[in-house]
Amino acid sequence: MAENLLLQALSGLASASSLFLVAAGLTVIFGVTRIVNFAHGSLYMLGAYLAWTLVTALPRGPLGFWGGVLGAALLVGLIGVLVEVLLLRRIYRAPELFQLLATFGVVLIVQDLALLVWGPQDLLGPRAPGLRGSVEILGLRFPLYDLFLIAVGPAVLGLLLLLFHRTRWGTLVRAATQDREMVGALGVNQRLLFTSVFFLGACLAGLGGALQLPRESVNLHMDLAIIVEAFVVVVVGGLGSLVGAFLAALLIGELHAFGILVFPRITLVLVFLVMAVVLVLRPHGLLGRPPEAPPAGAGGAEPPLRPAPPALRRLGAAALAAAVLLPPFADAYALSVLTEMAIFVLFAASLHFIMGPGGMASFGHAAYFGLGAYAAALLAKWAAAPMAAGLLLAPFAAGLFGLLFGWFCVRLSGVYAAMLTLAFAQIAWSVAFQWVEVTGGDNGILGVWPDAWAADPLAYYYLTLAFCLGATLLLRRVLHAPFGYALRAQRDSPLRAEALGVDAFQVRWLAFSLAALAAGIAGGFFAYAKGSVFPTALSIPRSVDALLMVLLGGVRTLSGPIVGAIAFTGLQEQLMRLVELWRLALGAVIVALVLFFPQGLAGAARAAYERRHGPAGA
Amino acid sequence: MVPPVLEVEGLAKAFGGVQALAGVSLRVAAGEMLALIGPNGSGKSTCFNLINGQLRPDAGRVRLAGRDITGLPPRRAWRLGVGRTFQLTATFGSMTVRENVQVALLSHRRRLHGLWRPLPGQARDAAMALLARLGLEEQAERPCGILAYGDLKRVELAMALAHEPRLLLMDEPTAGMAPPERAALMALAAAIARERGIAVLFTEHDMDVVFGHADRVLVLERGRVIAEGAPAAVRADPRVREVYLGTGAVLGAG
Amino acid sequence: MTGRAIARRHLLAGAGLGAFAAPAILRAQEEAIRIGEINSYTTQPAFLIPYRNAWILAQEQVNAAGGINGRRIETLFRDDAGRPEDAVRLAGELLRSERVHLLAGGFLSHVGLAVADFANQHRRLYVASEPLSDALVWSRGNRYTFRLRASTYMQSAMLVEEAAKLPARRWATVAPNYEYGQSAVRWFKELLQRARPDVRFVAEQFPALGRIDAGATVQALAAANPEAIFNVTFAADLTNFVRQGATRGLFERRQVVSLLTGEPEYLEPLGDEAPENWIVTGYPWEQIDTPEHSAFREAYQRRWNTNPYLGSVVGYETVNAIATMLRRVNGTETEAMVEAMRGLRFQSVFGPVEFRAIDHQSTMGAYVGRTVLRDGRGTMADWRYADGANYLPPDEVVRQLRPAAT
Repeated sequence: MAENLLLQALSGLASASSLFLVAAGLTVIFGVTRIVNFAHGSLYMLGAYLAWTLVTALPRGPLGFWGGVLGAALLVGLIGVLVEVLLLRRIYRAPELFQLLATFGVVLIVQDLALLVWGPQDLLGPRAPGLRGSVEILGLRFPLYDLFLIAVGPAVLGLLLLLFHRTRWGTLVRAATQDREMVGALGVNQRLLFTSVFFLGACLAGLGGALQLPRESVNLHMDLAIIVEAFVVVVVGGLGSLVGAFLAALLIGELHAFGILVFPRITLVLVFLVMAVVLVLRPHGLLGRPPEAPPAGAGGAEPPLRPAPPALRRLGAAALAAAVLLPPFADAYALSVLTEMAIFVLFAASLHFIMGPGGMASFGHAAYFGLGAYAAALLAKWAAAPMAAGLLLAPFAAGLFGLLFGWFCVRLSGVYAAMLTLAFAQIAWSVAFQWVEVTGGDNGILGVWPDAWAADPLAYYYLTLAFCLGATLLLRRVLHAPFGYALRAQRDSPLRAEALGVDAFQVRWLAFSLAALAAGIAGGFFAYAKGSVFPTALSIPRSVDALLMVLLGGVRTLSGPIVGAIAFTGLQEQLMRLVELWRLALGAVIVALVLFFPQGLAGAARAAYERRHGPAGA
Repeated sequence: MVPPVLEVEGLAKAFGGVQALAGVSLRVAAGEMLALIGPNGSGKSTCFNLINGQLRPDAGRVRLAGRDITGLPPRRAWRLGVGRTFQLTATFGSMTVRENVQVALLSHRRRLHGLWRPLPGQARDAAMALLARLGLEEQAERPCGILAYGDLKRVELAMALAHEPRLLLMDEPTAGMAPPERAALMALAAAIARERGIAVLFTEHDMDVVFGHADRVLVLERGRVIAEGAPAAVRADPRVREVYLGTGAVLGAG
Repeated sequence: MTGRAIARRHLLAGAGLGAFAAPAILRAQEEAIRIGEINSYTTQPAFLIPYRNAWILAQEQVNAAGGINGRRIETLFRDDAGRPEDAVRLAGELLRSERVHLLAGGFLSHVGLAVADFANQHRRLYVASEPLSDALVWSRGNRYTFRLRASTYMQSAMLVEEAAKLPARRWATVAPNYEYGQSAVRWFKELLQRARPDVRFVAEQFPALGRIDAGATVQALAAANPEAIFNVTFAADLTNFVRQGATRGLFERRQVVSLLTGEPEYLEPLGDEAPENWIVTGYPWEQIDTPEHSAFREAYQRRWNTNPYLGSVVGYETVNAIATMLRRVNGTETEAMVEAMRGLRFQSVFGPVEFRAIDHQSTMGAYVGRTVLRDGRGTMADWRYADGANYLPPDEVVRQLRPAAT
């Protein structure tokens, strides 16, 4: 028994090492550039594919193998440099998290390019020369390569620490990690520093991928399979902390290895449970420091809210008139797309409510969308309730969970808060996924169709439009009301808000719950629009979609989420239908939009308007 | 006997073994301006943050008009009548000057949770009146994010005055301003304090400002009070002169 | 690596087809019978690119032979990106904007279920090709949905037949943590214990789909010291499981019974590390020399310059089934098509197949055999064709399992 537990622990160590390599690059990049690099998983995948190509092309033997692995890591480093120089460098001054949108574009592009270059079938690389077999430990066999991996993690950690503590470059990196402004003051070539950090981070991702070659098959799902877990490790460890990331990887690797002995089905949710517990107890991760005040100056201060200028009001009125008057002439499919757009407008607006004016990004906003959808669907399934009841219950269920999860999340700040929302969303997701008796598991809940009076697509569209647009306008109204100002007040200057009697926690908590409630409305309508609800409604991709919509539209304008939701939904719908390589196309469009409109679409429109007419409203 | 507006008794605070404040007591009466001075690191800011509630003291009491407010968070202290300006201005950059003041006014009236009526139409006159008193009418519609530093300082003052405080804490109110502006701001603050009977406690580096506007001066060194009294007496105090000798600060000849 | 280069070229060709050729066909073929096909092309390309290739081949053959009563058939392919909500939207697009006559496709179970429910709600025919979930025809079966592929239950039952013959009494299971994996394990346990009351299950592992921590999973299974293992993992999870398992000696002196592992999709990537002597369901494409299959294999190789995968057979036979049904119906009226599908018999490359009227499940079977290594790659030996008709529960049980639909 004891020998089994020892081997289980060793297996956990090997996984921890693999995880650390990827997380190390991510945390180094984040520490210096503050970029939430969603494409890190893609770099990891490219590392594996490139290693496969090199290793199978080079002569067999240790030199070919290790040369291929290192070559792949360096190549990925260069790809990282390319991404940094061509794309990210141009948008460092954009609002926080905007770079996430750009890196998401890269993810999409890499997915299709990898499919084109390496084909759809999984590829199996050769095993490592000299490390093919296993050793006996207490009479049980353990792979040599896994032993090697166990050593690689600490070795890489040691080398990185040496690099950071014994070289001038490393000192600069550490200084930049602690205080970005200082780097400029030191007269350091910031561009070069950022590019070199990106190179190092990408190399580590590539190395992580390449070193998986002897263990795992190389496949097209590697990017998304690793990225979330890597983020969890980085955040649990404390953003920017290498040693923290190492400890977090150990914690997760070991908890996983032993967790499955007791609860085999815990695999889906374990890392998120760990993250939730760690963040609730330690709001800045294991070894993180409280973040410096967010770079308020990035991209300049946000302009005040003003009543919409006449031009925008006319445009809004025209759009509303079109939304009301034209649909009777549209076919049923166009109606279903318009219905979806109305739903996503509200979903995006609800995220923007906390993310823009509230200054609290959420990576798990789909939780409330999905909980709304599930509330409506469960009521229909188990109580055979009419549609109206389900639609009514949806926002309350979502709002209730918003109150519950929000109570924990709004105490944290920045990426920590965003990742805690993600943790709760994933916990909710795994409940929907695994509680088969009630939720139907991943096979979902079917037969959630509108009542007869709303079954006609046009009727359902109008119903959706009325409620979703109504709720969007209400949120907008709230932002103009004192509460909206209190929300922005605690974002603009927590110190001043507190000194004026504003209880920032209460304000954030209430805003979070309101946003959850609004997302729940959208979710309820979504359930009845689709006729079925699946765990995908509260999954990470759904949360990411909402983020993309808000960022695409522009986080600093009230019309941003509306424009972003319509643009994103429309783009994706068109491209998916008409273009085979739609991910490549969508990724390219996103990258182009990011480069041309770093303030988002609505932000760019406002800037153009202001150039002509002077300061405008939102 | 009517208690003083602010009464601090034996306030002490240590940070990791360093005694930042070691038993400071002081009193400020209504309409009085008390300057808290001392070299860098003498404990001025700590003292401020303790009175304001941003930090909890290790020992000592803070009373506001006789009521114990020791350790109350700043927002509670504010509700009881403590206004504050910061060394580095803290305003709401995404709002106009008027809206900044309106937020303060509405918070005071406990109407900041309103979800329906737009803020710009609420407490507008009161905000404009306050801005007029501070000479900021012209700036009312400008965003705080683009305001000149001196104007921001006055916006802060307007916000600190919005709830008709009994006590006003000003942390280096003139830092970063040009000398003529400094005098104007302090004269304004002093005038308002006297007309409204507000007790003012302020720290300041500029000795012209201190001796020109303070009713009383209190000198801190290494967390202890080393002198207290009328400006002229403090200026003459040999211990004070010794403390300031070589610091580059000019105590002035008289 | 010519196979890979070819796959790539065809992908590009397919891209052109989807993006540009559709409008031209639309103009030319007013009276064509239109099939709306929805599948997770971008998320499951390994299975679905061969699938679509064969689909196109079958369609070309039908049209070359004069179509259906003189009408050509044509297909509009859509990618749902693995998201049921997008699949539902695309189903609406195909039905309402593109006016297709019937829906088909599906790989992932939840996507298939979403489309099936949509088809039921709108009373249109849906011929599901691949989704394995039993719910599709049983617990959530409906009048308008038919499924070609042998279901989770059927394939589990095929393996239970072999597993029951093994001496092993201590069993462990490993399956991806989602409905397919859970149902497969549930059926396997239930059926095996019915056949062999002396069998005990001593361990189970449910790694997350696509994210198996293979070392820990293998170690956990080994710790329970089972005599035999039932494996449901596939694709990348399978590869990782096999590598760790082989290095750690998990498979030595243990029987492994494994779902789908004999399919070239999953066996091929393992190369010379393919496990030997596992009892699997699969598709030994190079060894099946019936006239029907040989003809299919040659036509496929000629058309696409590559070997068929199981996905190819599924795509090919879906078109085959639809074409056979259409020949029986005069026109494309949905209720008539549904009636024709019920009890439809047709000749597949695996043998005769029937879409059972009782539950709309086809009797297309699978090949059951042992894995072996030949010339440095894995294939199947001692295989036999297991006709799906023999691996379905008795009718009265099916009626209980399928409560809602007729």
